Amino acid sequence: MIAASPAHPTRLDAWRDAARPLLSAGVPPDAVSWDGSLFADTDELPPTGATPPRVPPDFLELAETVLRHRDAERHDLLYRALWRIANGERELLEHATDPLVLRLSLMAKAVRRDAHKMHAFLRFRPHPEEDWHLAWFEPEHRILEAEAGFFVRRFAGMRWSILTPDGSAHWDGETLEFGPPGRREDVPPEGEGEVLWRAYYGSTFNPARLKPAAMRAEMPLRYWRNLPETREIPRLMEEAPARVAAMVARGASEPSMRRQRLIHWAPSGVSEAMELFDAAAGDREAALAALKAEVLADRETPLAAQATQAVFGEGPLDPPLLFVGEQPGDEEDLKGRPFVGPAGRLFDGALEKAGITRGECYLTNAVKHFKFNPSGRRRIHQSPDAGDIAHYRPFLRREIEIVAPRLVVTLGATALRAMMGRAIPVTKARGEIMRTPEGLPVFPTVHPSYLLRLPDPDSREREYGRFVEDLKRAHREVM
Amino acid sequence: MPDAALDLRRKLEILADAAKYDASCASSSAPKRDSLKGGIGSSEGMGICHAYTPDGRCVSLLKILLTNACIFDCAYCINRASSNVPRARFTVKEVVDLTLGFYRRNMIEGLFLSSGIIRSPDYTMEQLVRVARSLREEHGFRGYIHLKTIPDAAPELLAEAGRHADRLSINIELPQENSLKALAPEKDFAGIRRSMARMRVRIEEAKEEARAPRFAPAGQSTQMVVGADGADDRAILGTASTLYGSYGLRRVYYSAYSPIPDASRALPPAPPPLLREHRLYQSDWLLRFYGFSLDEIVPAGPDAMLALDADPKLAWALRNRHFFPVDVNKASREALLRVPGLGVRSVDRIIASRRHGAIRWDALARLRLPLRKLRPFLVTADSTPGSLLDQAGLRGLLVSKTQAAPRQMALL
Repeated sequence: MIAASPAHPTRLDAWRDAARPLLSAGVPPDAVSWDGSLFADTDELPPTGATPPRVPPDFLELAETVLRHRDAERHDLLYRALWRIANGERELLEHATDPLVLRLSLMAKAVRRDAHKMHAFLRFRPHPEEDWHLAWFEPEHRILEAEAGFFVRRFAGMRWSILTPDGSAHWDGETLEFGPPGRREDVPPEGEGEVLWRAYYGSTFNPARLKPAAMRAEMPLRYWRNLPETREIPRLMEEAPARVAAMVARGASEPSMRRQRLIHWAPSGVSEAMELFDAAAGDREAALAALKAEVLADRETPLAAQATQAVFGEGPLDPPLLFVGEQPGDEEDLKGRPFVGPAGRLFDGALEKAGITRGECYLTNAVKHFKFNPSGRRRIHQSPDAGDIAHYRPFLRREIEIVAPRLVVTLGATALRAMMGRAIPVTKARGEIMRTPEGLPVFPTVHPSYLLRLPDPDSREREYGRFVEDLKRAHREVM
Repeated sequence: MPDAALDLRRKLEILADAAKYDASCASSSAPKRDSLKGGIGSSEGMGICHAYTPDGRCVSLLKILLTNACIFDCAYCINRASSNVPRARFTVKEVVDLTLGFYRRNMIEGLFLSSGIIRSPDYTMEQLVRVARSLREEHGFRGYIHLKTIPDAAPELLAEAGRHADRLSINIELPQENSLKALAPEKDFAGIRRSMARMRVRIEEAKEEARAPRFAPAGQSTQMVVGADGADDRAILGTASTLYGSYGLRRVYYSAYSPIPDASRALPPAPPPLLREHRLYQSDWLLRFYGFSLDEIVPAGPDAMLALDADPKLAWALRNRHFFPVDVNKASREALLRVPGLGVRSVDRIIASRRHGAIRWDALARLRLPLRKLRPFLVTADSTPGSLLDQAGLRGLLVSKTQAAPRQMALL
């Protein structure tokens, strides 16, 4: 047996200084006694062999945590793991079902949990005369030195002391010092702050939801004696069933005679638009505003229940061109404006290239709500069906009537279908003026999102060129 | 105790009582910061629960209302305009002092401040922002701040709220527009959704553009009251999925409608459906982290409710026995995540571990996994479920009989 005694019970460097020569000398774990007992047969360390291999950093991290555990076997267990890592099992720690790895990881977990509970359950009390906060805490493991930094970072501007049965930590605003163990009596008695805290604790508790096992799992009994609020628990629990029974038995109450008054309440935007319309009926601007209000308030379609808002058209009256897209996308739905997403940005570029100013045109969509399927944190675009298109057709028709463009340009199949009242392949119809059943001229082309979906850069460039040519031709028709 | 202190204590009781029906108490995901260069407080990313109340809930933040006076008359809410509860109002300074006082004693991570609606949305929002501004700018407070957002408040107030707060939230309250109309007539479902959309846009801008002003780095969340209206679980989870997908919410909280003192006649008092609430949280998790779809968790139907006697993953497995058994040594991560009794962490440990040798049944025992639950669904190197999976009585063997009935409350 060789006795190993690290110079410090919890510090990693001390254990490493003790373990390194043993490993270099090839001393197997069974030949080492880490318990520090004076009666063990102690042999001399055999001559040092090769330098010990470098160990993976995650082992050092694990060792640093495990060393704070109070288990007396921690040094021995760590040396056993080190031995195996150095002797062919370099990836030992990944082997989560290995009994040694499991035990070490449970020890590390217990230490981390204790640290977390110290951050949570340590309570400072202000000193009655000095500007000084003191806390008494009884950690399960030897974590004071490791966790004092948390309190420095949090309360750097305060003078404080943490007293524990193992030792104490003192911060004066500039330096951290560790000292001898303290006593519970060394911290000031409870004061007004604790009274207020207990009042808060009792009031934030909902007696209709008693779940004491959940409370005890997270706030184990061993911490209770140093927490001012736990004194309230027996009373709160005892009174809870009667409080709930009384609420249920009392039943519903009469509305208060002194009802809270409604003062200075501003109505929302929709009704303002309605008022605007009432004030100036007949005016086209107002008619468009009224139509917009109607679309925004439309709850008839199932699409409205899912979307954030209806997205109405934007642009001047009597424009040379009115563009009809398919439906708002994710960004349009969030911002409430048409053509502001990726396809809209591409469209802006194409307009510019075709020599058309966006501000001169009116932009809208055939379908006014975003249709999608939620998928995790995203929304997957769904193409509108015939029913969706039919639902919004009257709105679109009135919108175009009021705006009165010289030419309507449809972008993609949905827009063309909405204008023509039937499905027509865009690839065949694009680039030539068609007449709607009502005799309105329509110029079909593709939707900019089609260009975004093309996989290879060559065809994307070619199709983008064609799209710009279409825009130019539409523009020539009205100039 | 002096009168002023007594008054403060009474106000704290009223305004904490008024705020406690909001389930959120998270203090996580704030950016790392500390007080080494001044001010007070820190956040290291992880939330901290400083206490637990006997309802099993965590106390992480000082969760209070600025005032419980309210001009809205939401039937499910203790603070509705027609309620008989005593009313109180804190001053900005009182909230700031209470927050700092509790924070210095290490009792809280920060403040979750909400308010009844008084005068107008802008006026109410302005009051909340003043508290946050004072904490951050006058006192250098580096702890956590969660502010409730008032729908349709002015954009500049929202911008300032987002600059000071780590998290913003606005409650959707009820899963369906028509129930909101019936039970909370002054609330505007569409307006709430528009506010969430505006917050998402700002949160993402702040994240993506280095020069954009700070805006709610810990994101936004919302809450739905469960059991106050007739919505079934599919409707609730469908709304939750839409909200997650649309607004990038960190969390949707489900809050079982619980009897309140002075309940409205619109809602007869009954014990809160706590187990149903629990099943909704489990399903929410499966939807977000386990690759399940809504149709798998609650198939469409006239009364699309989650089973109460089995957790939603077990209920799915019992309906889809053809998917099993799954081989613990060969199955993909996605398939292992569908096994009742295996969570994300245990699946990751299994996958790391099986590279070093075939996993046997005793290894699962060492990982402290629920063996009785796993047995019918898993193949290991030395065991198969045999005919267990096909037994008609399998459900009876696996579901806990005590769970369906309300649990007897144990005193200390």
